[in-house]
Amino acid sequence: MTMCILTVDDSRTMRDMLRLALAGDEFEVVQAVDGLDGLEVLGRNEPDVIITDINMPNLDGFGFIEGVRRTERHRSTPILVLTTESDSVKKQRARDSGATGWIVKPFDPVKLIDAIRRVAA
Amino acid sequence: MDPMEAIKATFFQECDELLGDLEAGLLTLETGDGDLETVNAVFRAVHSVKGGAGAFGLEPLVRFAHVFETTMDMVRSGALAPDPDVIKVLLRAADHLADHVSVAKGNDTALGGEDGLVAELEALSSGAGTGDAPVPSIAAAANDEPDFGFSPMMISIDDGPDEAPAGVPDWSVSFTPKDVMYRNANDALPLMRELTRLGPVVVSCDVDQVPLLDALDPLGAYLTWNVILTAPDVARERILDVFEFVDGDCLFSVEPVQAELPDLSFVLPDLEPLIPTAPDEPEPALLAEPALAPIDAAAPPAVAAAAPAAAAAAGAADAPSADGRASEAAAPTIRVDLDRVDRLIDLVGELVINQAMLAQRVMESGVARSSNIALGLDDLEQLTREIQDSVMAIRAQPVKSVFQRMPRLAREVAAMTGKRVRLVTEGEGTEVDKTVIERLAEPLTHMLRNSIDHGLETPEERRAVGKPEEGVVKLAAMHRSGRIVIEISDDGKGINRERVREIAIKRGLIEADASLSDEEIDNLIFAPGFSTAATISDVSGRGVGMDVVKRSIQALGGRITIVSKPGHGSTFTMSLPLTLAVLDGMVVTVGEQTLVVPITAIVESLQPKPGDIQALGPEGHVLSVRGAYVPLIDVSESMGWTSPDLTGPGVTLLVESGTGGLAALRVDAIQGQRQVVIKSLELNYQQVEGIAAATILGDGRVALILDVDALISLRKRTAPPPSFQLAIAS
Repeated sequence: MTMCILTVDDSRTMRDMLRLALAGDEFEVVQAVDGLDGLEVLGRNEPDVIITDINMPNLDGFGFIEGVRRTERHRSTPILVLTTESDSVKKQRARDSGATGWIVKPFDPVKLIDAIRRVAA
Repeated sequence: MDPMEAIKATFFQECDELLGDLEAGLLTLETGDGDLETVNAVFRAVHSVKGGAGAFGLEPLVRFAHVFETTMDMVRSGALAPDPDVIKVLLRAADHLADHVSVAKGNDTALGGEDGLVAELEALSSGAGTGDAPVPSIAAAANDEPDFGFSPMMISIDDGPDEAPAGVPDWSVSFTPKDVMYRNANDALPLMRELTRLGPVVVSCDVDQVPLLDALDPLGAYLTWNVILTAPDVARERILDVFEFVDGDCLFSVEPVQAELPDLSFVLPDLEPLIPTAPDEPEPALLAEPALAPIDAAAPPAVAAAAPAAAAAAGAADAPSADGRASEAAAPTIRVDLDRVDRLIDLVGELVINQAMLAQRVMESGVARSSNIALGLDDLEQLTREIQDSVMAIRAQPVKSVFQRMPRLAREVAAMTGKRVRLVTEGEGTEVDKTVIERLAEPLTHMLRNSIDHGLETPEERRAVGKPEEGVVKLAAMHRSGRIVIEISDDGKGINRERVREIAIKRGLIEADASLSDEEIDNLIFAPGFSTAATISDVSGRGVGMDVVKRSIQALGGRITIVSKPGHGSTFTMSLPLTLAVLDGMVVTVGEQTLVVPITAIVESLQPKPGDIQALGPEGHVLSVRGAYVPLIDVSESMGWTSPDLTGPGVTLLVESGTGGLAALRVDAIQGQRQVVIKSLELNYQQVEGIAAATILGDGRVALILDVDALISLRKRTAPPPSFQLAIAS
């Protein structure tokens, strides 16, 4: 079954890399450019897993995750945080917001897919 | 192209934007207008450059960006105030970051002077540490952050041995989720599934903690999972990795199994039934009720085996079919090969011409203006124009891409000349065709440098005349009647007309007793002879390179004017076409040929009376225009078609060359003004002297576009001697 992945990142480079990493029959990729856009895209799509950056304009990753979790429909949609931030305070904050897991940039495509599998229902 | 190469190209493109944002943000902060969002945007810009650079292994860039980012983080957290001194260092860091990107692109090779800058940045961030918030040192922060490679955070969960002791075949994993784990959308099922990938498992579920139904919190967590994993070769880390995301959200242990299996109260022989993709008939289960199932299917008791199946079924039912989804979030842009756009622009240009020809033919056939055909043609014309505008808009870009290089230049020139400058930009969003943008950078650079170097006074001089020490240079872009107007103005001392006059006389550009208006004197700085001599480089006027500027503006089909007010500054105004793909031309007939003369070169058109044309020397002719004589160029003769016949009927176009010299072009007839699509003659044939380019007319014929400058200099070389030329120049 094709899995739908929503990626939220303000960097075009990163969006392109995520799309490339997930290219293939296994995943269908939907993209958003920041937290606000992410919530909007989420309104039109049913992703199986969400991957989001933290540092973004308009609505950052923390706010986005909280927004997703406030939506009844997405309370149990796994959210992976993809970030260069690795300090434990930020990680804890992400988790407190409702993040399911995290991946440190730059990511390895294999590990990324591993992480998706690890959280996907 | 290799997809990674394509992404790398995108990255560099993005870098340019980010660097522009970075600089703009810092400049905003410098003026004190910045807010928290400005600081955040600046931080994000550095952060994103670093992130992308990390992905491509551009380590020097990442290292520098990291130090920069750390300092920006201090500003972001409020530990470091963005005062002017701090911003100065940050601006230099931004410039240096741009250099790093340039090196990474392969445009530059060497980078120097980084150590000092790094030390300054580090001093800023460590100095900030003495403030309110305790701040870790750079070194600690750097060590804290594993930037290279994928480095999952290792979790030390218990004290068990790291390696399976020899002879111990199995691992015993005990796993008790807390409710927070489910709230963050982690689930026991995928974790168990991951374990099965490591080796055969025996899973049991301890349901002792499950309360009675009336005390059951559907969002609570009550289960403990025990797993025996038969995978002797699997290191303990691999198992810990599986549980990486739930560290802290569960109780968890991994032990090597020493002897027999623990007494399992609820043994599942195989996990397979737990991970069906879509079971035909989900077992009716307590928790298969829709309200509960998707939330926390694995937690409730008694139905441990059935619940995940139900959840999976629910999931399968919920998931819309793949084609039901929008396959892509609405993309704000598409990337198109420039050739395709150019082709489209060509075609639309031909459409415009064709439409004009059609209209002309219809009118010639005597159809009434109010007839249906004529009205239809009017609509068609309207539509074609709109299509043309829309197509041209595809290639239009905001001038921002050129403007954003200017602040850095301003800083560099200011530093070199010891002046204080604030560069203000306006109308950065004004759009111009890509072809124009690309050629705008050079003249702009030149003019900005001139404004600071020659226009602005030193801080001392400014203080002496009661001006603020910091000079202001304004760069503004706007659309005005189908053209783009770019203004560079300064609040400096204005043009020193006395000196300009002196120099012009010394250079032989004007007679010592010539009477010139202020405007004429100001315009002397564009004269070719004015700036070439090295001895005037220290002059207070604005000589250096302005002739070059004027020429490149004219090459773009543009004009440049000056307004200067002594003591108050100068304003240079450039007026440019919005595109180089089409040209406003005067279509003329010469013999059997149709030619196009660029409108920008034409001053006026004249129908000379026989007495106005006078022979001069064996072959030359001059035209009398209101008492002055200008060289007359017979286009047909210049093109080598006929020998001059100046007795017949004909019209002349008074044209101005790039250097300001006037000449009259003689043609047989003027057909009218029209927009034409420019085609390169050089690319399709070869360079021809006197011809700038070609175009295709509505009837499919090729028409040549005259190069007025070349025609004038061609005539100078072949006709009267220079001494004679000078006599008629004024």
